[in-house]
Amino acid sequence: MFNETTYLDNAASTRLDEAVLEAMKPYFFDAYAVATSEFGYSMGIDAKEGLERSRKVIASRLGAQAGEIVFTSGSTESSNMAIKGVLSALKGKKDDHLIVSRLEDFPVLNTAKKLDKQGYKVDFINVDGEGILDLDMFSDAITSQTALVSIQQANQEIGTLQDLKAISDICQDKDVLLHTDATHSFTRIPLDVSKLPVDLVTLSAHTIHGPRGIGALYIREGTPIDKWMDGGFQESDRRAGVENIPAAVGFSKAVELVTPEENERLAAMRDRVIERAMADIPHVTLNGSATSRLPQNANMTFHYVEGESITLHLDMLGFAVSTGSACFSRSLEASHVILGIGGDHERAHGSLRFSFGRFNTIEDSDAIIDALKDVVTNLRAISPLTEDN
Amino acid sequence: MTFPYTKEVLEHFRNPQNVGKMEDPDGKGLEGSPACGDMVAVYLKVDPDTLVIEDISFESYGCASNIATASMITEMAKGKTLEEAKTITWKEAAHALGGLPPVKAHCSVLAVEGLRSAIRDYEEKHGMVVEKEATTVEIVSKRLKHVMNPMAGLDIIRTELVLKVMVEEGTVRIVLDIPSTHQFAAAIKEDIVDKLESLWDVESVTVDYIS
Repeated sequence: MFNETTYLDNAASTRLDEAVLEAMKPYFFDAYAVATSEFGYSMGIDAKEGLERSRKVIASRLGAQAGEIVFTSGSTESSNMAIKGVLSALKGKKDDHLIVSRLEDFPVLNTAKKLDKQGYKVDFINVDGEGILDLDMFSDAITSQTALVSIQQANQEIGTLQDLKAISDICQDKDVLLHTDATHSFTRIPLDVSKLPVDLVTLSAHTIHGPRGIGALYIREGTPIDKWMDGGFQESDRRAGVENIPAAVGFSKAVELVTPEENERLAAMRDRVIERAMADIPHVTLNGSATSRLPQNANMTFHYVEGESITLHLDMLGFAVSTGSACFSRSLEASHVILGIGGDHERAHGSLRFSFGRFNTIEDSDAIIDALKDVVTNLRAISPLTEDN
Repeated sequence: MTFPYTKEVLEHFRNPQNVGKMEDPDGKGLEGSPACGDMVAVYLKVDPDTLVIEDISFESYGCASNIATASMITEMAKGKTLEEAKTITWKEAAHALGGLPPVKAHCSVLAVEGLRSAIRDYEEKHGMVVEKEATTVEIVSKRLKHVMNPMAGLDIIRTELVLKVMVEEGTVRIVLDIPSTHQFAAAIKEDIVDKLESLWDVESVTVDYIS
């Protein structure tokens, strides 16, 4: 019943790759034991080997050492762990000052907001109209008491890439730890921690055709970080809980399957959807940067119409996309990203995010614009808003 | 396929009835604001002798609930007298649509408000509002319930954005719980002024901020 759907919401979650499932299967049915020490029984040793092999694959893609990768349940846990763990470890040494950008995804943003309420000092750094961090404001915000900076590598909604080189240089210069959320950029945009002085990186499998419920946190060796969930001694006593070995193996397989050629293919789909929308539909604004952008992300506002109405029509026509409209969200709040880049509520109201994945084709870009053309025309015909008012 | 709405809602959403701008309407209502979210306009043609709604249409800049409710409510109002149409409630419209998700209530209430404000517009234009009531804090607060708080998607009274309402000799002063530098400060102010300046005894509306 879902076969007919053209799925363009890969930033939210992706279809599992069959090869990932195949790689995971032995760890459900054969080596299903917990990872034991090298003195344990052989099934546990096999399981442990699968886990450690996966750790190496992920570490090497990031330019890290295997021991610097901790598996988690996903991005939310990774970012919570990075921020709360570091602040806890530095308590009393640095004055609990945290810096984040206004466009962070909820794991970082809402962690920061909560800490702010609890009495930590938190600075939210502005971005420009394309979503690029204000480096002067950022640099000025850092004090000798700043414990941690958390700035995403790429934005979840508008795909804007930050200049992580410049950001990490500033942090290194001022001797401040840097965490980056790479949930949407890992394997899509290069990130090499052996070259960039980034201390903590949030990673997830669900955006790259891996399983949900598995992620990782890169922790540079020597970074002060406390364990924030109490329990067993797994993950070198950094993250408690029985390791999700099948998922970790699936994650590493998903990482291996992403190629530069695939990223070029996604970029071509992205470019096509933007070009076609701009050419075929009047009153369209590109949200984010035209040049500094994730290969798999396009985000545009279709003025004078509301996003949930568009997505419902598209859904009935067999397309899945998402919108930053308040009407679409569970919280009934308009996208903080569109508002953060200086957009008004109207811009968020009619914004659509198209996010591509391995199972999309360039024809999908054409098909959705063909459908969208009519949907937008029909909705505009009943809208009281026009370019004149 | 599984959709988040009933088949009645989807039908009205797919094929909305009575859509479009009306030339020379006898009454016109506009609720909501583009700065803050959904918006709906309702137009009426009224028989001056019988006060029956002969024709009605709407325009919507809104989500599926908003469009479907506007379509349903215009169907319900057509052929009714103004007095009868005034009594149509959001609940009746929602019921006729087979139910609406609770979270979508405010988007669909807007359609009902649009109809009521079009009727009020007709009555004001045709001298049917005989007893002019002096504007009070209560009347102002009631009108402010139609101003959206864009941060929440709910009105500014319910979200406690209004700190103070003062009414004195034709002057209304509102104090909002946001700084003047807030990104929505200007949009909310504009919406407030728009909602209040039509009150017959109000000469000026000032909106102040906490800082």
